[in-house]
Formats: sequence, structure tokens, C-alpha cells
Amino acid sequence: MAEARAEINRPIGLRLWLSAGWLIALVLTTLLAPVLAPQDPLAQDLFTSRLPPFWIDGSEPGYPLGSDSLGRDVLSRMMYGGRVALSVALIAGTLTCLLGASLGLIAGYFRGWPDIIISRLVDIWMAFPPVLFAILLIAVLGTGLTSIIIAIVVIDWTRFARVVRAEAIGQGAMDYVASAQVAGHRRFGIMAQEILPNVLPTICVLLTLEMGIAVIVEAILSFVNLSISTDQPTWGGMISEGRLSIHQAWWVLVFPLIILFLTVLSFSQLGEGLKDRFDPVLK
Amino acid sequence: MSLLLQILSRLMTMAVTLFGVAVIVFFVIRVVPGNPIAMMLPPGASVEDIARLEALYGFDKSIPEQFYIWLSGVLQGDFGTSITARQPVLDLVLSRLPATLELSVMALLIAIIMGGFMALAGTRMRGTKTEAIVDVTNGVALSVPDFLWGLVLVLLFGVLWPVFHISGRVSPALDLPFVTHFYLIESLLRLRFDIMADLLSHMFMPALALAIPLAAVIAQLLKQSLKETLHLDYVTLARTQGYSENQVILREALPNAVLPTLTLIGVQFTFLIGGTVIIERLFSYEGLGNMAIDAVINRDLPLIQGIVIMFALIFTVVNRLVDLTYALLNPRLRNG
Repeated sequence: MAEARAEINRPIGLRLWLSAGWLIALVLTTLLAPVLAPQDPLAQDLFTSRLPPFWIDGSEPGYPLGSDSLGRDVLSRMMYGGRVALSVALIAGTLTCLLGASLGLIAGYFRGWPDIIISRLVDIWMAFPPVLFAILLIAVLGTGLTSIIIAIVVIDWTRFARVVRAEAIGQGAMDYVASAQVAGHRRFGIMAQEILPNVLPTICVLLTLEMGIAVIVEAILSFVNLSISTDQPTWGGMISEGRLSIHQAWWVLVFPLIILFLTVLSFSQLGEGLKDRFDPVLK
Repeated sequence: MSLLLQILSRLMTMAVTLFGVAVIVFFVIRVVPGNPIAMMLPPGASVEDIARLEALYGFDKSIPEQFYIWLSGVLQGDFGTSITARQPVLDLVLSRLPATLELSVMALLIAIIMGGFMALAGTRMRGTKTEAIVDVTNGVALSVPDFLWGLVLVLLFGVLWPVFHISGRVSPALDLPFVTHFYLIESLLRLRFDIMADLLSHMFMPALALAIPLAAVIAQLLKQSLKETLHLDYVTLARTQGYSENQVILREALPNAVLPTLTLIGVQFTFLIGGTVIIERLFSYEGLGNMAIDAVINRDLPLIQGIVIMFALIFTVVNRLVDLTYALLNPRLRNG
């Protein structure tokens, strides 16, 4: 037990700060992309095609991380691609959270038939392979940023609903809820004022994790050419193109892959770090 | 009697889930823009031709009617005919399913070996730098999904140091004398180790990509339960009797620490199978998931339905098997 305690109390600052720092830097860079980007991300120029990054012979000053087979600047495209990735993370993550957490809260606190319906839906949803479900929905909704966001919300709400439901059931059994009921508070009020604040830390952790997942889903959809229009730069789209010319121009694949890797890792580590900070028992 | 009732109620839940999946996929894909029939015919096909084909595939009827016809077919084992391949959907699905199952099971084995090793190494070396390294490695492996690991592997072992195949299931030049689609198992049974080596060399990269996140989950949980078990009295007793640390961990702690991990592996295995869809695409592995993406792109509605139902069936069956195994291993839950 003593050993377990020591593990919980270990310093958790570093990974929290590293991941938060990376994400803040990323947000600033993408916001300032019009100022910072050395080139127009869409400008094609066959004379500058497949330029290597700056430390390799044959590179050009305006293309620090090289260019792709159509002569577009890799760094500028990554900056603009970050806008798509972060918008999807923020909007899709938040909406998924709102839908899933509300349903989970209702199911867990009210129980009865709302719980039966919601739990049955969760079961059905869990029987779908998520990537296939996403591709199917994009085929139905058409490509575009809105479709991707809708697809993520429709698929991933169960992540929130399952966990929040379980937490709400636990909280609902506590004495303070019973006393609030005895005191004559309305059930909906108890849910919003007593239960919600107590499951909020869990919801925050899940939200952070969901943002990382949303970035990946967007990349996967870009990878199968089902994301947004092909001329708007996205990380997944760059990776997909880079894979085709991997032997001629590895940098088109490697740099977006590193950025994607670090971003997903940061969201996840941020979530894990918050988990430790909010509630040591949750581990 | 209560056991029979339990099994019946579980089967009912499974049936309801599968029915729900069928309803959702059936109605969702019928909203897909683009006429699947128009895509089959050459440009300039007459209106009558289109109508005739629509009638052949049943697309001229209302959607609930189509669902009824499809469902009664499914209950008799008829999943319809693929529009693009013009073969029975069931045949197509069954021809690809073995590839996906072999890949998933291979990935599961790799994950158990890697995760188990990490957990044991971390426990044996607890309190040292090695444990810290194990923990950090686990954290990274866990945070990054299979799709990204796949890309990293393509880069490392396909381009930088090309030792493994990163595309396909088997070298096309090989002559396959097989009667089933379980190539790996059959190559083993027929003692064709040349083909088996080729299959494994193709399978290793996608399987590893699928395995890495699961291995981290296994390592994390198993290490945690091992550490908890090591504080129990009977382990201390074994220590005082002069067993070595390795013996204490492997013989005394491991058997008792393994149960929670087993349950988790079951749940995570369905996630792994879901991951095969994009991993098969990434490695051009000819499995069910790769076929599913093609089916969506080609608007092959009967094939999409068949594949989704097959995945849902696998998921629910795996989940039920996990419940059952857990109940068998843990007597306290048998009448739960």
C-alpha cells in the first residue's frame, strides 16, 4: 500500500507542462500561420518540386522543410493543416462531450427507461468498427469539415456516455444526493447542481483525450481521401501524399507525421496528467 | 436452470444488438448520395436498363420493404449479391474474414508477449531506472493509436531499413496450393514453411502496429496487479521460505495477478479488431477491413451491409466469450 501511495504522489508536473506547452505553441503557430508561413500553402511551382529540407544540399531558402512533388512548401502546409486539425479537435471534441456527457448523466442519475434506452444504444454503437462507421458516415454526409465533425460526434459520444453514466450512478448513491432529495430539491436540479460538479473532472479528462482522438480521426479520413477538399492542406492528406513519394521525398511524410505524433501524444498526456491531478484515486 | 436463463438472456441481448446494427447500417447507407446502379452501367444506358437492374437488386421498393426482404434473406444465410463483384456477399466476406482473423490473433499474441515481458521486467526491476523507462515507453505506446504506429513502422522497416514487407498479404509470385483462406494455418499444417515465412513477413508489420497500444495496456495493468500481489501475505511467506525474487514473481504473484488483465484483454481485443480496418488499408493487406473501405467508396450497398454485420457479430461474440471466460475463472461471479 505504501508503495502505491508513493506512486500516486509522484511529481506529475513535467508531462503536464510539456504537453500543454506544445499545444499552446501549436495553437499560436496555426493562428499566426498567415504571418509565419514562408509560402502560400497552395502555391504550386514545378520548378521547386521535391526540394529537400534546409540541411540537405539542393535546398532553397524559402522552403525550410522542403517541398512536395507539386512544389508546395511543406512547412506552410503543415501550419495551415494544423488549423484543420485543431478546429476539428476543439469543435468535435466539445460537441461530442456535450452530447455524450448529457446522455451519460441522464442514464446514470435517472436510471429506469432512459437508462435502458441509452445503454442499449451504447451496446449497439460498440458493435460497430469505429473507423468503418466514420468512413460510412462521410460517404453519406459528403466530405467537408462539418461532415467530419458530425461523424466524430455521432461515433464517439459513447466514450463519454459510458464513463459518465458509471460515475453518475456512483454519485447518485451517495448520502449528499439523498439529503438533497429529502430537502425537496427537484431531481433535474440535483443532477445539474450536485452530480454534475462531481463528475466534471472526469469529463474534462475525457474531453482532452477526445481531442486527440478527433485529430487522429481527421487524419485517418484524409488518409483515405475522405476528409475535406483535396486542395486544402491537412496533416492526414500530406501523410497520404507523402507515402506515395516516400522514396523520392521522405520529408513530405516525415514532418507531418512527427507533428501529428507529438500533438496526439500531448493531448493524451495532458488528459492523463489532469487525471492524476484531479483525482488520485481515479488512476 | 438459472444458468440456462442467463445464457438465453445473453443471446437475446446479442440478437437485439445485431438487429440494431442491421437497422442503422441499412437505413444510413440508403441515404448515400449517388445511385449505385448508375455506377454499374456504362454511360448512355437506357432508362429501362436502369429500372431492370434496380428491380434485380430490389432498389425500386421502399426502404422498409427492402429491409424486410434483406432480413429474411439473412436469416436464411443469404446476404445478397455484391454490386461490384457480382458474387454472393457471404462468399466474399468469408473469403476475406480468415485474413483479418489471422492478423488480429497474431497481433493479440504479439501484444501479450510484449506486454507481459514489459510488465515482468518492470516489476522485477521496480524502483530502478529500468522501471522508469518501462513506464515512459508504456505511456507513449498507449497514447498513440495503431494508425500512427503503422505509419512509423512503414517508415522504419519499409523505407529506412527494408527488412519486412509493408504491402499485401503474400507475395503474388508464390503459388498457393491452399483450399481454405486461412493461409497461415494451412501453410503450417501442410508444412510449407517457405510460404509461411512469406506470410509472416507480410503480417508482422501490420500486426505489430495493432499490437503496440494493446501491449502497453496489458503491461500497465499487469504490472499494477503484480505490484499489489507482491504485498500480500502469502507472497511474503514464499519469500521467507527462500524462493528467489524471480520465482516469487513468476510462480506466486503472476497466477493471481493475471485475472484482471485477462478481462481487459478481451475488451481491448474488439478495439484491436476495429483497428484492422485502417491498418489493412495502410498495409494493403487483403482482409475484410480493406474490402469494407472499397465497398464504401464503390457504393456497394449489399457488401457494406454484410461486412458491418460480420464485424458486429465478431465484436458481440468476443465480448460474450470474455464474460464467459471470466465467469469460469472467477467463481464469485458465476451466479452474479
